Amino acid sequence: MGFELFFQYIVAGVTYGAIYAIVAIGFNIIYNTTGIINFAQGEFVMLGGMTAFTLNTFMPLPLAIIFAVIITMIVGALIEMIFIRWLDNPSVLRMIIITIGISILIREVALHVWDETVRALPYFTGNEISSIAIGGVRISPQVLWVIGVSSVIVVGLHFFFKLTSVGRQMRACADNRNAARLCGVSTRNMVTFSFMLSAGIGALAGCTVSPITYVSYNSGTLLAIKGFTVAILGGLGNSIAAVAAGLILGILESFSIWVMPAAYKDAVSIAILLLILFVRPSGLFGSKERFGLKEF
Amino acid sequence: MRKLRVLVIALLALALIATPALAKKHKTIKVGAILAVTGKASFLGAPESKTLQMLVDEINAKGGIDGHKVELVIKDSAGDPEKAISFTKQLIEEDKVFAIIGPSTSGETMKIKSIVEEAKMILLSCAAAEVIVNPVAKYVFKTPQKDSFAVQKIFQQMNKMGIKKVGVVVGGTGFGKAGKAQIEKLAPEFGIEILISEVYAPNSTDLTAVVTKLKGAKVEGVINWSIVPAQSIVAKNMAQIGLDVPLFQSHGFGNIKYVEAAGAAAEGIIFPAGRLLVADTLSKKHPQQAVLAKYKKDYESKFNEPASTFGGHAYDAFMILVKAIEKAGTDKEKVRDAIENMKGFVGTGGVFNFSAEDHNGLDINSFEMLTVKDGKFTLLKK
Repeated sequence: MGFELFFQYIVAGVTYGAIYAIVAIGFNIIYNTTGIINFAQGEFVMLGGMTAFTLNTFMPLPLAIIFAVIITMIVGALIEMIFIRWLDNPSVLRMIIITIGISILIREVALHVWDETVRALPYFTGNEISSIAIGGVRISPQVLWVIGVSSVIVVGLHFFFKLTSVGRQMRACADNRNAARLCGVSTRNMVTFSFMLSAGIGALAGCTVSPITYVSYNSGTLLAIKGFTVAILGGLGNSIAAVAAGLILGILESFSIWVMPAAYKDAVSIAILLLILFVRPSGLFGSKERFGLKEF
Repeated sequence: MRKLRVLVIALLALALIATPALAKKHKTIKVGAILAVTGKASFLGAPESKTLQMLVDEINAKGGIDGHKVELVIKDSAGDPEKAISFTKQLIEEDKVFAIIGPSTSGETMKIKSIVEEAKMILLSCAAAEVIVNPVAKYVFKTPQKDSFAVQKIFQQMNKMGIKKVGVVVGGTGFGKAGKAQIEKLAPEFGIEILISEVYAPNSTDLTAVVTKLKGAKVEGVINWSIVPAQSIVAKNMAQIGLDVPLFQSHGFGNIKYVEAAGAAAEGIIFPAGRLLVADTLSKKHPQQAVLAKYKKDYESKFNEPASTFGGHAYDAFMILVKAIEKAGTDKEKVRDAIENMKGFVGTGGVFNFSAEDHNGLDINSFEMLTVKDGKFTLLKK
């Protein structure tokens, strides 16, 4: 295989990886504050893409994206207040089942609001056929946007959790909810806030990837499965690890197409997920001790 | 008590047998339809269902078929073969329909082929795969052009353009796999060599790696056989990695929405399709011109969206049934015979000439090669 082709596969892998990673980050936030996996995360991604598409018909793209993110955040907060807030010390399993229910609900509502048509936002820069050539290797500018946006989100989150008071309170909730409550942290508000935050990040992810992947009422599930795989692969709760894991998985998938039929691509990623769950359930970059302390 | 019950049941049974005789003169004809109105194949089922509804309203407003009103029972299978099976049984046993139109997809049609055959139920499928009518089943017909014709058209075009080495990528659906089988079977006849043949997941979100593999194999042309959104994704990814060879798509590309979805990447895509998409540019003398122009105008003014060839398949299926009933009355067997012997029926897909051996009735000339220019479908200049 030539040099050019080798890097073209890398670029393909980076494209997949960046999409997976940006979705995976949303999973981590809610997990960090509540210890649950929000299986409606993919639906936040879909809602973001769909809302932005609708808004973009009568306002410029940047504004449409901002409003789509805000609207999805409100939806996220409402969902938490209606379905989760009033639960008295719910078990992890119960919350997971509730989020699965919510995901089905959002999907059905979206089907009625937007019908089944496949939609996409315009490319942020250039169009469907433009690509940036680096020594014969070509990459779509939108892929760079996805990587850029995920990096900004990861760095932003890192400082948010480390430096701000709200961020620290959210981390306290994640470590030990009762202790946090005793220290005067409003754990319920923190959970609402984490739903808002992950809904917003999901929506931003949805806007950024939609020119590449397209978006339709049921596209959230597929993205969520890959995002979830990547979140586990990196170690739940760790957003930087999610980006690394996303890129690793994407590149592995891409090269799997080089050596074997494309039909096996998804089998490769599921096999990796199973392997990690058996051998290293804390993820590639997660710490075993910390994982042992978690409820789930 | 028991005797009484037996008596009552017997009486009811008698009444049931007797009623049709009483109402024979102008009974309502129930037509069942199993369509993928929602779900992944909704781009097929949604226009099909709208078309049927439009036609039934139109016919009933005119007083029905020879005075028989038509009642339409549409079942949404969402493209799921299992649902298609249970709806078929329901339509046959509970609704007792006269004939069934659909399903929208090849996979579903193949699942119910033996069920309708056993129940002696007329089925007019709106799906493309050739296996639906080959081998012929007595009660099964289909209106879309056979996929083997689409493949032959593509290969003829490749011969003209001097393309010899091609890459084939298909979506992992019934439609994709049937197309792949036809492509691989017919390629040697046209002297075309398939360098790479790949199946990808039907819901893929990006196919850069797959097209990179094609680029590595130095193909001279690419055939993609899938449904949306992969049709648009392949086009985009090829442009993005600079795989600058002609892209051929299946006749499934015949919806202007896919062109919009692929944007600038859709330019120059070549695909075979029925003439509906270029109805405006057909000469007035063309036999199909009047039918196409009317259907397109009716559909577009009623639903405010561009007509697609898929809705046309439902139009053909329903109008063939209507013509057969007009000719043969309301006896199922006679209607079946009337369809099988129908000649020269002008539909949206082409001019249908059915026979005992051919339950599709269309020939290769029902396809035109189209291309995309400035975001619109146009006839490919030869």
